[in-house]
Amino acid sequence: MKTNDVIIQFTAKIVFFIIFFFSIHIFLAGHYTPGGGFVGGLLTSSAIVLLVLAFDINTVRHILPINYTYLTAIGLLLALATAAFPMFMGKPFFTHYFNYFDLPLLGKQSLHTAMLFDSGVYLVVVGVTMTIIQTIGEDE
Amino acid sequence: MLQVLYIFIPMLAAILVPFLYRSIKNIHTGWFVLAVPATLVVIYASYITQVAKGEIFTGELPWIPSLDISIVSYLDGLSLLFSLLITGIGSLVVLYSIFYLDKHKEKLHNFYVYLLLFMSAMLGVVQSDHLITLYFFWELTSISSFLLIGYWYNRDASRFGALKSMMITVGGGLMMLGGFVLLYLMGGTYSIRELIVMAPNLVDQPLFTWSLVLILLGAFTKSAQFPFYIWLPDAMEAPTPVSAYLHSATMVKAGIYLVARFTPIFAASELWVWLVTGVGILTLFWGSFFAVKQTDLKGILAFSTVSQLGLIMSLLGASAVAFHSNDSIDTIKFAAFAAIFHLINHATFKGSLFMIAGIIDHETGTRDIRKLGGLMSIMPISFTVAAIGSLSMAGLPPFNGFLSKEMFLTAMLSLQKFELFGFDTWGTLFPIVAWVASIFTFIYSFYFVFRTFNGNYKPEKLPHKPHEAPIGMLISPILLAVLVVLIFFIPNFIGDTFVKPAVQAIQPFLYDTPQDIDIHVVAWHGINPELLMTIGIIIIGVLLFVALPNWQGMYQRLPKAFTLNNAYDKIMQGLDVGLNRLSRIYMTGSMRHYLLYMFSGIVVIVIGSLVVKNAFSLSFQDTAPIRPYEIILVIVLLIGTAITVLAKSRLTAIIGLGSVGYTVALFFVIFNAPDLALTQLVIETISVALFLLAFYHLPKLGKREERMRFQLNRAVISIAVGVMVTLVALSAHSQKLIPSISKYYEETVYSLAGGGNIVNVILVDYRGFDTLFEITVLGIAGMAILAMIKLRMNRKEKSHENK
Repeated sequence: MKTNDVIIQFTAKIVFFIIFFFSIHIFLAGHYTPGGGFVGGLLTSSAIVLLVLAFDINTVRHILPINYTYLTAIGLLLALATAAFPMFMGKPFFTHYFNYFDLPLLGKQSLHTAMLFDSGVYLVVVGVTMTIIQTIGEDE
Repeated sequence: MLQVLYIFIPMLAAILVPFLYRSIKNIHTGWFVLAVPATLVVIYASYITQVAKGEIFTGELPWIPSLDISIVSYLDGLSLLFSLLITGIGSLVVLYSIFYLDKHKEKLHNFYVYLLLFMSAMLGVVQSDHLITLYFFWELTSISSFLLIGYWYNRDASRFGALKSMMITVGGGLMMLGGFVLLYLMGGTYSIRELIVMAPNLVDQPLFTWSLVLILLGAFTKSAQFPFYIWLPDAMEAPTPVSAYLHSATMVKAGIYLVARFTPIFAASELWVWLVTGVGILTLFWGSFFAVKQTDLKGILAFSTVSQLGLIMSLLGASAVAFHSNDSIDTIKFAAFAAIFHLINHATFKGSLFMIAGIIDHETGTRDIRKLGGLMSIMPISFTVAAIGSLSMAGLPPFNGFLSKEMFLTAMLSLQKFELFGFDTWGTLFPIVAWVASIFTFIYSFYFVFRTFNGNYKPEKLPHKPHEAPIGMLISPILLAVLVVLIFFIPNFIGDTFVKPAVQAIQPFLYDTPQDIDIHVVAWHGINPELLMTIGIIIIGVLLFVALPNWQGMYQRLPKAFTLNNAYDKIMQGLDVGLNRLSRIYMTGSMRHYLLYMFSGIVVIVIGSLVVKNAFSLSFQDTAPIRPYEIILVIVLLIGTAITVLAKSRLTAIIGLGSVGYTVALFFVIFNAPDLALTQLVIETISVALFLLAFYHLPKLGKREERMRFQLNRAVISIAVGVMVTLVALSAHSQKLIPSISKYYEETVYSLAGGGNIVNVILVDYRGFDTLFEITVLGIAGMAILAMIKLRMNRKEKSHENK
């Protein structure tokens, strides 16, 4: 069946990047303003879902050759490692560290280990959402 | 600290085993594994001289400090003796297994990982001073035993035996845990040492008897005492090195260890003396009586192990008597000594016999004693070892079994002189039963060795053409056989070095140091009742053995329906069928039913507790005024819900549901919760996409389903859920029992967590643990969906192939 979806495909190509970068922004801003790993991950997934709707699952898989199960595993490991790391320093499980740094170009910024944990959350959310959508979508 | 680490060395080494197995194919993995117990033997041997003087070594490693649980390694005479047995016999067994298990055909990595796991667990059992860690290691031995019995998991009998041993020993272990908790409630401490010190105060407590019985259940199931011994014969499906190691030398002695360790606490009780001695002597008789019935070589040894464990158990029971009669009976003091001495002797002769049984199985291809015979000239070395082991087991000189058997008879004879607890009347039974059981022990020992090696050689019945085993396989049994003879000639060296320190641990109230124990073992002590009994055993035993073909048939006449195995099978079958039926009633396979259960359950629990706690209250203070926005949103919400429920096509229902979700998001916007609003919006978008994907695969709503019948119970439950949520929300708002935690977050979010957005900081920092578990659950759910769909696809592909 041939469908006329030029407009949605063209729009999707642009909107994908807008949503994707917005999701990264939301993810990074999470500690101070609304956002965080969970929402960020969901937004990224929704950007990919948009591509899936506009094109089809196999094309998207070709464009983004990511193994989402690995992504989930990496995210979980990252979260667990961040939580477990203080134990090796003699601190209780899940102690977070943060400090303020003067970074080139960006100026004074705070860096948190909570951010690493949040990255784990982000990866797991993207990984799981896309795993589910991909497997259900492929099941013809 | 270091001492605790020794316990875990085998477990840590187990991590390397699979890699060694994969990468180095030429060398049998067992050679690497052998280094572990061999090193540990040397380490533990270095403690011997000091422990023999009565010194005690402790090491501690905190495990869960907040619950006051730490792994304590407590090395006194008893623990050290067991640790040496575990590592010593362990080394010999690993050496034996190298030749027993073929490196090309067997899954060696599994085998050695389980074996090393067991070694750590067993060391933990005998060294733990903390009751909870003792329990932890105890169950770990059950689990590793389960894995080892089921090592050849494609055989039905292996799986059956593994499950049976697991059911019985873990069940007993749970009972024991209950006993431990009761001890803690009485004594206020989990430390065995401290409990022993306060033992005199515990006797009168009401929980004392319960704790005693429960702990004994643990010990009796593990040490295969009557009537729980039934798992041990079935455990013989394990590879022979495992049988020699776990099911004769070490694991089954954990119960013995437990009884010995707790003797100072419980010995004051009459029940303890009767239970331990009585069950022990009954097991001794029962095991030896039925050993003669067996036709499988390992079956004979299994029943013989049951019987010998009963012997040691009854001696430990008799040793408790010594608490009550300090000087009145001089000979009862032999009981504890004999128990430990026989434990060592049993490990040596039974270990060698198991290895010989394995050799015969390996070389001839069968363990059925009816097919064997006349192997003496073909396997002379194996025969010599088997003869030494069997004669020692029968209690003949010049082997170590003779010495401990004599002491056993001494202890049993002295029981009748004991005047408390009704022993003056019933005590006479003990020497009689012991004597009869010893006759049967004599018979099965001869049965084992002479039916295998003597008589007619029947080559046509043997699967392989037999020849002597390779020398590597013979090293371990020969070493053990040498010990069997050697111990007979140096019993007092063994006694002073190993037995007396252990006895002092069993009877700390009687002896201050091991040197206070004035027991001297001699082979010849004149003509006394024990010697006459032994002579009687030999004469009657020989006569009955010669006449064995005439009376062995009587075992077949025993009714099968009344055996313990039958009872076990019936119980397991009944549970299986009954529970299956029970779950069929409510597990219908329909998602709607499950949701009904869940929702009605939640409603009952929540509304029930609201009513019981009288927690419902209604107050409209501090509520914001209702503005037109909210009224409009509620109307939209109601319409969306109605569409979802009443829609005739799925697409409409999805869109209705989506509108409900987006409206809720708008509510969040109105109430200044940007984080929630954002999340809700994205979730809604993605779930609509997901629903569309999933429903694409579902069949169209059929005509029958188009008009869903109105179902009263579902309507009631739906309304009840709505009412419940409303009630909870109103009550939660109307009463503030404790100040809201948001104040704390507000104050500390910047100073402690260095953040500005409380919602996100809660997620990643304050309640990071929750998030960690949530993403784990999320990951599992994702994998489950993947597995479900992929597996279904694979099955479809297979069925296509079959066509």
